[in-house]
Formats: sequence, C-alpha cells, structure tokens
Amino acid sequence: MTKTIFDKVWDSHVIEKIEDGPDVLFIDRHFIHEVTSPVAFVGLKNRGLKVMYPERTFATADHNTPTINQHLPIKDELSAIQVKTLEKNCNEHGIDFWGLGHKKNGIVHVVGPENGITQPGLTIVCGDSHTSTHGAFGAIAFGIGTSEVEMVLACQSIMQQKPKKMRINVDGELKSHVTPKDVAIFIISKLSSSGATGFFVEYSGKVFKEMSMEGRMTVCNLSIEMGARGGMIAPDEKTFKYIKGKEYAPKEEEWDKAISYWSKLKTDKGAVFDKEYNFKGEEIEPMITYGTNPGMAIPISKSIPTSKKSDSKASYLKALDYMDFKEGDQMIGKKIDYVFLGSCTNGRIEDFRTFASIIKGKRKSDNVDAWLVPGSHKVLKSIKDEGILDILTDSGFKLREPGCSACLAMNDDKIPKGKYAVSTTNRNFEGRQGPGARTLLASPLVAAATAITGKITDPREII
Amino acid sequence: MAYDKFKILNSTAVPLNIDNVDTDQIIPARFLKATERKGFGNNLFRDWRYNSDDSPVESFPLNNINYNGKILIAGKNFGCGSSREHAVWAIYDYGFRVVVSSFFADIFKNNCLNIGVLPIQVSDPFLAEIFSQIDEDPNSTFEVNLENQEFKIKKLDKKERFKISVYKKDNMSNGYDDIDYLLNKKKEISSFANKFIY
Repeated sequence: MTKTIFDKVWDSHVIEKIEDGPDVLFIDRHFIHEVTSPVAFVGLKNRGLKVMYPERTFATADHNTPTINQHLPIKDELSAIQVKTLEKNCNEHGIDFWGLGHKKNGIVHVVGPENGITQPGLTIVCGDSHTSTHGAFGAIAFGIGTSEVEMVLACQSIMQQKPKKMRINVDGELKSHVTPKDVAIFIISKLSSSGATGFFVEYSGKVFKEMSMEGRMTVCNLSIEMGARGGMIAPDEKTFKYIKGKEYAPKEEEWDKAISYWSKLKTDKGAVFDKEYNFKGEEIEPMITYGTNPGMAIPISKSIPTSKKSDSKASYLKALDYMDFKEGDQMIGKKIDYVFLGSCTNGRIEDFRTFASIIKGKRKSDNVDAWLVPGSHKVLKSIKDEGILDILTDSGFKLREPGCSACLAMNDDKIPKGKYAVSTTNRNFEGRQGPGARTLLASPLVAAATAITGKITDPREII
Repeated sequence: MAYDKFKILNSTAVPLNIDNVDTDQIIPARFLKATERKGFGNNLFRDWRYNSDDSPVESFPLNNINYNGKILIAGKNFGCGSSREHAVWAIYDYGFRVVVSSFFADIFKNNCLNIGVLPIQVSDPFLAEIFSQIDEDPNSTFEVNLENQEFKIKKLDKKERFKISVYKKDNMSNGYDDIDYLLNKKKEISSFANKFIY
C-alpha cells in the first residue's frame, strides 16, 4: 500500500488504535518551557507519578525571559518564579535544563534543531503551537496543551486522532527578495487562517527542495497559522548535512543506520492526500499582513482588499478598525514605529544575515525603535563571529539577548498601545505584542527596509 | 477521576458573535505567569472585557447583565492560535462548561476535551439560529445532551446532533482523562520505547 511520509512516521509510532477514538502515539522527543509545564508537574505530583523517560525531555527558559541583562536576577517576580519552578521540576525529575545564560539556552524551536535533537522520522511535541517548526526535518512535530504535557511526562505517549493529510506543492522559481516567510504567508493568505485545520501538511515541490533548512523551518513553523497541526518536508541530503556532527545527532554506526532509515522517509508515488494545492513560485511577492490574523495578508505593493464573501463583514471590519486601516489603503509608505527581528519563525542566523544584507552601510531611521532578538545563544555567537554585529552597530542598531521577547510580549518587550510594528514573528492577533499593539507580519527583508526608512518599504526599492 | 462528570446540561448562553477568536484574546499572554491552575477566569477575554483602566467595557457580552449561563456561543474558527491550555482553564474557571461554534481550532478542541469542557460543533445555519434566538430573548435556554449527542434550542424545539468519539464521550460522561487510560498501558509503552527505531 502506498503511504505518505506522514503515514510512515505516524503509523510506526502507534502503540494502540482505539476503535472510534484516538491512537495511542509514542513520543520520541519532548520539549518543555517555563509557561506551559508547571501545571503539568503539579498534576504529576497530585497523582504521585514520576517522569517515565526524563532523558527524552529537554527544557529551556524562553517565553517570559528578559532580553537585556540576563546575568542579573529576573526582575518580574512572577516570571522569576516560573523559571525557578521549571529548574526545580527538572532537577527533581532528572531533566536537562537550559536556563538563562546556559550556552544551549534559547527559543525552544531554535535550540532543538541546532543541537541535533530534532531528527527525521521522530515524533516531537511541546506545549507550544509552533512545535510544527521541527517538521522541516521530516519529523511529526506538533503543539500540545498542558494536560498532554503531563501525559508525555508520565507516559511518553499521547492520545491523538490521526489528522487528515494535505499536500502543498510549490514549483517553479522564487523571484528575487521573496523569502521562505513570504512563501508561507502567501500560502496562508490563499488558504485562510483556518484553511488547514484538521490536516497535517506536507510541503513539496522545487521551491522547498531548493530552500535551506532554516527556510524550511520558517515555513513549517507557520503551518499552525492556517490551522494545520503541523507541516513536514521529506528529509534529503541538506537535512542530513545540517544534523551531522551536532551534539545529539547519531554518531558512527548509529549515523549510518539513521541515514538508511531517514532515506526511506518520503511519500510513495501514488499516495493519496485528502486535499492538495498547487502554486507557482513565480506568483509569490514579498508579503505583509494588514489585519489581525495571519491570513489577512497581501503582496506588499497592493492595497487592502474589500472584504471577501468568505469573511464575515463585521469581523473583517473589526480587524481593520483595530489596525486603524481602511479598505483600499496602500500598504507602502505607512508610518511604522517599531521593527522586531526575532522569534521561532525568523530568529535564526540566516534571518540576521538577510537583515544585515539590507541595512549594511545605511542608517536606522530615527523614527523607528528596532528590537533585534537572536533565537538562541548559538545564534548570538554566530552574529558576533560572522561580523554581523558590527554591521548592525554601524547602522545604529542594538542587539538583545535571546528569547521569545516581543513575539508574545510576556516579558517587558511590549509594543505600546496604538503603535505599529513590522514584525518577523508569526501572529498579528490583537494585543499579541502588547495591549493595543498593531502588528504587521513580514520577512526579515521587509523589516530591514522598513527600519531604514521608518515606513513600510518594499525591499526591492532599497538600493 | 480527573474532572466533573457530564451528562445533561440545561442553561442559558452567552453570545460572542465574532469569528477567528484566538487564544490570545481568550487569555492574553501576560496572564500566563502562574504555576498553578487557578484564578484564570478573572482574565478571560481580558482586553475585550476591560478598558486599560480596568473599568468594564459595557458593550462586551460578558459584561451585559442580560447574558448568563454555562454555555458560550462563539463565531467560527474559535480558539485558533497558541496551544495555551490556560485559555480553556479561563473558560472553565469563569463557569462555562460548553462552548458552541461552527468550527474549532484543533489544539483548542483537544484541550477542552482534556479538562472537561465540551466543544460542540454545529452547522453555520444552526449557529446563526442560536445567535438570533439569544438576540430575541437572552433568557432562552438550551439543552446539551451528551448521551444523545444533541444540542437543543428549547423554545423552538429544534435540535442538531454533534460529533464526539465514543472514547471521548465515555471520558466526559465518567470524568476520566487520558492519563487514567495511559497509566494502564505502561507495559506496552515501555516495550515500544525499547524498540530501536532506526
């Protein structure tokens, strides 16, 4: 029988199929952080349970942590307690904990791959919806709730209904200044923010084949923004090369075994999907959002559309009202107050290289506050080692310390009420980046061009 | 037993006729800094419910004294975005036991079922009928019958069946959760873990 890569990985992890119920799915790797794990540990304690396989769980502090002066105690009392609680829980149960200042610390979806924990063919979960990021390696990776975090800690398994399967093919060539972020936002704008709910997505076609591993991570990361539980891309030589030699990667004989298994992880010819979409790389432009969900996005050179039939008019206008935009407004030239580069979507070294390529030799606009937050300490180190920090500093930018930061504004990095931020993050929801903040999602190239001019700028116009 | 048993619920409902309500609206991230599951109900829909000076936004349905009940009726694609279970904890803590919409985000729906909030997906026309019924009379009552998988607009004596797996229905009506089930499977799980996957 022909199978998709998703079937192959899922089916090989099913411990039991419950009739008219979920599958009992074995979980290979589990990431935890300070915000969605404490109540799970309380649950364990109340039931008198231990962590079943502590060596399969990895912990980092990222969501609520400050991005300046990380060497000092965390000022915010509640955040400090959450991070301390995570550390205490990890010590008690023998789980690896990468706290503030640890050289492996960073955003959970950045540090998993960069340390070789994320590998093809694995099932990976975390109490965070952007766990879909790890699908870039041909793993089944998805976000879970805290009850499920407790399940994985207690039983290394969760109970899940197998999702339907969707394939999204993008063939052809990408135009210049079109990044993986634009590809993902383009797809979401076509499918809507709920268009893939109930599905697990496989991305295929020339565009993804030619994309770097970090680009693939950006695309898979955003799968949840169209409602998909996760997205995955079949592993190839690029995947193997990225993993090889990393601390947690298989070594020697194990490596050879791994490669022979990983090489089989692709969708069989003739395998059937419940839904398929086909796009051409050439139709994609640099994108930007104008509303309060990631599906409300358009090519940067276009004006805000009038509401479509599929939208409820009231919800559509409520979104525009929040943004203080009108139907028909041009996006280019709108004044911007903040630029944010970072997050599990675009906080990797390639994103910083991309950003630096635009700002090199230019000055940051005085009207813009720019927050540049690396995804991890390793990314931060590369920024320094590659001389990118000098480029940033020469152009009037400052670099912060790693964490989720203004992507969800749990720490002090909050965009003030009513201000506009061009953000390389994943969600433009109302108040996501701070109460009353107005977020426009875009690529690191658009963010860089905008940081230079102080208004929404097409990166193709920056010479 | 992990949560209250659910059989039949008769209640009025609170309408929230907005599409694509994401979990950041249900509970903003700045209220996720707890290490225990309590008190989240106060911050349910915080930024829609209160002005920045903490005074209530009068037009918001939760602040409208005409609307009460254990059922929340919401627009389509409810609960999209972040996986935070805190969103469902806030809904539960506020006093809701049932959320009705014509479409739910996946993780949110799982989270509901895992803590004993019943997510009921109805058709778009039926959802519109529920909203207009509440519009007409905020004291309209609704009946949720888990056994028969039916949601009824009592005044109109109109009902629609909803889907739930036999497994989850059994859990909800007995107050069991998945961990209760998995703990009985530990032997199978450990023999599975010992298999070398490569």
